[in-house]
Order: sequence, then C-alpha cells, then structure tokens
Amino acid sequence: MRVRSGVMAAAVGMIAAVTAPAVAPGVAGAETAETAESSTVLRVAVTQNIDSLNPFIAIFASSTELMRLMYEFVTLPSAEDQSPIGGLAESWETSDDDLTWTFTIRDDVQWSDQEPVTADDVAFTYNLMLEDEAARTANGNFVSSFESVVAEDEDTLVITTRTPQATMLALDIPIVPEHIWSEVDDIASFTNDTMPVVGSGPFILTEYRAEQFIRMEANPDYFRGPAQIDELQFLFYRNSDAAVQALRTGEVDLVNRLTPAQVDALRDVEGIAVNEAQGRRFYELATNPGAATRDGTPIGDGHPALEDVRVRQAINQAIDRDVLVDRVLGGYGEPGAGYIPPVFEDYHWTPSDEQRWDFDLDAANELLDEAGYPMGDDGVRVDGDDRPLSFRLYGRSDRAFDTQAGEFVRNWLGEIGIEVDLQIMAGTRLNELTGDGVYDLAFSGWAVNPDPDYVLGIQTCGQRPGADGTGGTTDAFFCDEEFDELYAAQLAEFDPEARRQLVADMQELFYEQSSSMTLFYENALEAYRSDRFASFQVQPDPGGVIREQNGYWGYYGAQPADGAAGGGEGGVSTGMVLAGIGAVVVLGGGAAVLIARRRRATADDRE
Amino acid sequence: MSDVLAPSESLGDAQDSEGRSGGGGLVRYVASKIAGAITSLVLVILLGFFLFRVLPGDPVQTMTRGRAVSPEQIAELRERFGLDLPLWQQFLDYLFGVLRGDLGVSYFYSRPVSDLIAERFWPTVLLAGSATILAVLLGIWLGTRSAWRHGSRFDKTATGVALTLWSVPTFWLGLIVLMVFAVGVGPIPGMFPTGGITSPDTPPGVIPYVLDVAHHLVLPCITMVAVIFAQYQMVMRSSLLEEMGADYLTTARAKGLRDDLVRRRHAVPNAMLPTVTLIFLHLGLVVSGAIMVETVFSWPGLGLLTYQALDVPDLPLLQGTFIVLAGAVVAMNLVADLLYRFLDPRVRAS
Repeated sequence: MRVRSGVMAAAVGMIAAVTAPAVAPGVAGAETAETAESSTVLRVAVTQNIDSLNPFIAIFASSTELMRLMYEFVTLPSAEDQSPIGGLAESWETSDDDLTWTFTIRDDVQWSDQEPVTADDVAFTYNLMLEDEAARTANGNFVSSFESVVAEDEDTLVITTRTPQATMLALDIPIVPEHIWSEVDDIASFTNDTMPVVGSGPFILTEYRAEQFIRMEANPDYFRGPAQIDELQFLFYRNSDAAVQALRTGEVDLVNRLTPAQVDALRDVEGIAVNEAQGRRFYELATNPGAATRDGTPIGDGHPALEDVRVRQAINQAIDRDVLVDRVLGGYGEPGAGYIPPVFEDYHWTPSDEQRWDFDLDAANELLDEAGYPMGDDGVRVDGDDRPLSFRLYGRSDRAFDTQAGEFVRNWLGEIGIEVDLQIMAGTRLNELTGDGVYDLAFSGWAVNPDPDYVLGIQTCGQRPGADGTGGTTDAFFCDEEFDELYAAQLAEFDPEARRQLVADMQELFYEQSSSMTLFYENALEAYRSDRFASFQVQPDPGGVIREQNGYWGYYGAQPADGAAGGGEGGVSTGMVLAGIGAVVVLGGGAAVLIARRRRATADDRE
Repeated sequence: MSDVLAPSESLGDAQDSEGRSGGGGLVRYVASKIAGAITSLVLVILLGFFLFRVLPGDPVQTMTRGRAVSPEQIAELRERFGLDLPLWQQFLDYLFGVLRGDLGVSYFYSRPVSDLIAERFWPTVLLAGSATILAVLLGIWLGTRSAWRHGSRFDKTATGVALTLWSVPTFWLGLIVLMVFAVGVGPIPGMFPTGGITSPDTPPGVIPYVLDVAHHLVLPCITMVAVIFAQYQMVMRSSLLEEMGADYLTTARAKGLRDDLVRRRHAVPNAMLPTVTLIFLHLGLVVSGAIMVETVFSWPGLGLLTYQALDVPDLPLLQGTFIVLAGAVVAMNLVADLLYRFLDPRVRAS
C-alpha cells in the first residue's frame, strides 16, 4: 500500500470513528445496572420546551408541571375528585362577610435546605405578586382581587379580598422560599437555576440541561412522605413519533399527548400499557355573533346573518357530533354538548332530551326557512339583503382536527344551504383574525381547570377588546347580560351546591344561544412501560390522567413494578457492537486492498 | 438547499484592469469583497427587523392565550416587550442594541437572546459540520469514480442512489433511520439512542461524555449526510467529465503514467474548483438545513430554536437567529470569493 492515504481511507476512518461509539452503551449500561440496584428512575418524555424555571414567569404546561413538583401550594385539587384539599394549609375559614380568609399553615413542612416553611413564605409569595409587575406574569389574575395578605404568626395567614371570591381554594400559585427569593433583584430576568433548587414539593430539581434533560430527586423530607421512586427524569423529544419509539426501546417509561394512531399501534405491545383518560379539553366551533369592543362598538367583518340566533341554532343542528368523534378522534373522545367537559363531574352539564340539538338536517332547513332565509337557485340561501349565506371557516394548520372536521362541517352546512369556505392557516394568524373579529366561523379549543371560573369568564362581555382593539381575552365575542349576571353570582357564591346550579344555568343559556358550539371532548392519551411501573395515581381516580394534572399525584404516586430493573437501556450487547466494528474494519480493509490494486492498473488495463 | 448562487466572480472581473500585477490588485479585490460582505450584513440587520414585523400574530396574545389575564396584565406585558412604542422607536432601539452587540431578551424564555443562541450554536455546528465533512468526502470520492468510469454500472448505481436520497423528504428518511437503527427491525438490533445529545445516566468524566455525544450523533449525522452528499457528487462528476476530454490528460497518459496518477494529479485538481465553491456556499446554509434533522432526532440546536420561535412570534429571538444564520451565509460567501482567487490560477493570472 502507498504511504499517502487516499480519500477513501480517510472516509473509512471517519465512518469507523463515528461507528465506534456504539460501544458506549455497553460501557454506560454496566454503570447504570450498578446504580439500578439501589434506585428506581422514572423517565418521562417531554415534547414541549421549558420556557423558564421561574414559577412567576413560566407559562408552558411543561414548565407548570415542573413547578408543581418543586413547590407546594396552599391548597390543590385532590387526586380523587379534584376538589380542593390542603397543601401547605391544613385548614381554613372565612369571615361572615366572605371577604377574609384565614389559612392555618402546617408546621411540619420544611424547605429542602431544612429551613421551616411558614406563613411568612406564603405571604411573601403573594405580596411579591401584588407589588412586582413581573411576578404577575404567569398567575397574576389569582391575586387581582386581593386587598391585603398578612402572616399573623408562623402558621396563620390572613387574606382579605375586595369582593367575595369563591375561587380562593383554587389559587394555582407555587409558594417560594422567602429566604431565597427576597435576595432576587429583578424577577423578570431571574432564571432560578441554582442547583439544587430549594423547594418543598415531592421532588427536588437537581440538574437541568436546556432541551436535553431534567433530573429531579425524590424529596426525602416531603411532608406527605417520600415518593416510591428515587429519581425522576424528563427527556426532551422534539416530535411525538420519536418519543413513542423511545418508549418502545425502553429509553423512556412514560409518554403523553399521543394520537389515536399511536395508541392503536402501542396497544398490543408487550410491556407497554395505554391510559385512555378523560381529557380536560373541549373542542368547539365558534361563530362571530357580532364582534364588538368592550363598549359595544362593532368591529371586524362578520356575516350579519350570524347575529341571528336561529341561524346559529340551525348550524348547531347540522353537525353530527357522533360522526366527528368516530372519524376525527378515532373514537377516543365523547360527543360534546355542555361547555364544561365531563371529567369535571361537579360542573359538567348535559342538556335534557327536549333541549338537545340532535343532528337533524330537515329541522335545520325548516328553521332557516321560517327565519326568512330562502334557498337561492344555486343551493345557497340568502338573507333579507340578498346576501348569500356564505361563511368563512378558519382552522389551524397545526391541529389535525381542524382540517378533518372542517370538511365534515362544510358538507353538512352545504346540505342546509350554507356555503362554507374552509381556510386552514397558522395558529398565530387565526388568533389575529379572530381577535379582530375578521371571521365568520372558527375552530377553537380550551383546556378547563377544576375551578370553572376562568373558562366561563372568557365568555363575558368585559373580556372583549378595548377601544383600541387590544387587550381582548374573549373566546368569540359572546356577550349576554344574563350570562354576565350569573357569572358574577357564581363567583360570589360560597355554597358549593348553589354555585354548581349557577354554573349549570350559565351553560344552559350558552348552549341555547349556540354562539360557540361544543363539538367534542377528546381523551388524553398516555402510555407507559407496565413492565417497569405497576401503576400511577391518576386524577381524577378512576379514569383520569397521569401527566399534566392539576397537582403532582401522577409522579408522586408512581408504583415501581416488582423486580423491575432500573436501567431501561435499548439492549445492545457489547459483543454485537464489537462484531459490527469488526465488520466495518474488514470491509474497509477489503475496499482499501481493492483500491490499491486498481490504482496499479494503467490506462491499458482500462481500455 | 439547492438555490445556490454562482460565485460572483467571473474571469473578466478578476483581471486587473490597470495591468498592474499582484499586490495592489489583490488588496483592492479583497477590500471590495469585504465591503460587499459588510453591505450585505447591514442589509441583513435592517431586514431582520422588518421581516419579522410582518409575521401574523401578536406575541402577547399568543403568550396569554388559555390563561386568565386582565387587560392590565396584557398592557404590562406589551410595555415590558416595548411593543407599545411606535415602530420607528422600536426600530431604533433594536438598531442601537445590535450595534452594542445586545440582541435583546427573548419574550418566551425571559433570557438574553445571545445566551440562548450560544447555548444551541455548538450542537448545530457539531452536527452540521461533521455531516458536511463526511458528505464532501463521500461526494468527491463517488463523483470522481463515477466520472472516471462514466456509463459503467458503478456510475449508474452511485448516481441513482445519490439522486434518490437527495430527493426523499428529510423528515421521512430520518424517521426510517430512527426506526431501523434506534428501535431495531427484525434481525437488526436498536444500536443507537432515539434522540437527544446526551443521556442523563452517563457516568461523569470527559471520555464517557465524548463517547455519549458521539453515540447520539451517529443517526442524525448519517441522515444528514445521506440527504446532502449527492450535490457534491454531482458537481464533482460533471466537472471531472468536462476535464476528461482535455488534451493534457491524453498527454499524461501518453507519458505512460498510471491511470490512478493521471486522475489524481491532473484531472481532479482542475475539477475540484466548482466543488470547492459549492462547499463554501453550502457551509453558510447548512445550519438552516439542519432544522429537519434536529427535529427528528431531538437535537438541541439552533434550527429548532428558530422554528419554535416562529409560532409566537418571539421577535427578539427571531431577529437574533436571523442575523446569525444570514451572517453565516454572508461570511461563507466571502470566504468562497477569496478562496476562488487563490485556487484558480486563471483568476490570478493577469
């Protein structure tokens, strides 16, 4: 062979060098097997970024989930039925005028640096949000009605509100240690990544590598008792297909946000269990019932016919929800009617048989005939000004439902003389257009919390944009005086049963108006390695989710399976890897010999 | 990836018009190229601001959707991001910021954009760099062999395979590679991780860390090489074919040189010129080309950061990544321009 190495040799060298590290799992595997004897690790795939580790700033679901594990709350939704139970607070009482709340803080809770957790920490957290604008970024609305927060002594916290707040036990605010956070100068830029992060939740954050992984260790001093697992890891995956493959290889133990197709594929895999949970989300078809600003000035360019409740009711009757659940969700969901999903049993409302808008194209056509929208020659109805009933329907490109459901809706509405122009666009574009009232129909969806206050609030008149067109948080410009009165009443109603009735009345009114139509409630689809974990604490129990709960029960209640090995390595034997490297070397050597022989050939041999 | 500009250099421009040889012409040539690059960069900075201002969507609206916020909170956020200022004022703030080397603070991550970019810059360089080196070596080698025996079965196979791989969607190919080599199909065991750049369970120490990263690098690297090597192969093949008819090769053969030497010493160096240009033009674009691969293999790089920022839109982050990515293209174009003058004797000669 010649001394001068050819390009080929270099390439072979590169390939060999790149392949060689396949030895690594052999090496690392041995290491993890050793540690696995003593510790149980739960590995979770995350497909969403972490925007911040600062609980006052973080708004992503993925980050919020982390905060729930790191910091305890004053009260939180229980695992069983999501009703409020004590976290840091062991009991609470309200004054006769319903404006003063007195919480008794437990005295057996400590921060992970052994400092005691007191009422001062809670008061500090809430007051920080009252005083510092940046601290209100994530959860500011919870303190918007607070008059004052005072720690009367180490275990007594007194909060005074300006108006009665039935939602005071649903404060979704992680409590932070005063002795750490009082040193922070600028909340907005504080990254909270000094490891280990001092907290009081069931897990302690010990390592964070952006977009790579997060490591948490079980808090040995957790006041409810330490978790059954020793370590919790979140591994970042950028697409859910890769996360599903990682579950198959055992690189992760738990994935969520699966699609129906992914669940069907995982259903019969040995060692994997599927959790089809009732979801917290509803999916709706929103109309433009006459978009306007807060003071009632019309904005946008919605079709005037949609201001007629009969037109909206006709549309509501022209949608076959059973078909949508079957064809769009693959059966993983429930047909919708009431506004609050059935997973929240206390607040879910179901229309009676005579109220229900059943799928009935004839009835819808009849309703439109009576309402004075005669059918035109081209099969499209016209209104009193001879404007054809032709509606734009917007959907998001990043939500597969919209394209599929959009086709169905277009066909059904075509049957009742309404023409639909389906436009699928980027989510940001859709939000912009609907926010400006420049739409007729649009698909939308919301996640609902155990306390229904917020999701009812987005349907009140005051959520419409201000005079300059900004600052609107309305869902779809619904505005109804009676609805607003009921909304104010339920917020001030401290009797749970009476409040439930008010919330039901609101949903009935909303359903009747058909301003936005709930189409279905999709299931939350999760899967886990049942060969490594026997069970998780779902919320609600039974039938609920493991991940993205309103609480930390899912991870905290993880039960390792009997005799489960700690290391879920994608099993590759070192021998196999060595064989592979051997093959590469042999092939490379052979190629080099061939090349060398060919190089000795002259032009004569070639021709 | 294929919209590559030809080098702006034509033979005529390179001739020193005043007939002076060497120094002065070279300095002027280099100076003019650098000035051109600086002009482009200034345009990039100006464009960076206005380009993303036309994106639909209100960042504050996107960030507050699905959470209870009061109109006051929305106003506070707009004020914090400076979105309540008139556009000219926002533009001036941005401009002075860039000139100071301050790219602003990301809306979403509440961290300086330069930190975020620095964090994700090296993973991308590692992936795109190693893939480019491999693709160039492979492309040149296959292209040379194909051209030398053009029409042979080897040529047909190599060209066919390369063009096929070049045409398949990166995302699809990546998922196939992931299924076969990470999960395992039939007799093939899963040998590589399904994603990421490191494992949390790697023992401490430099050598395990390097092995771990390399182990994670294999699949994304293979995928990226498979998709891009064809361009180098095709260019090398066609430029070598052009050289093969040349008289000097006949002369070389007539001297009785071994076939291998004729190819290596005479034909390939001349055929390398267009390929080298292409390599440098592509180097600037390769970072953006890594987006798809980064997404499939969850590689924590720059491409992904940009892609996710578009959804908000996170204006400071988009502006920052745009300046970095476009700046890379400008810089590499400059290098290609300068290099060409030194590589090609015909450009130097006057």
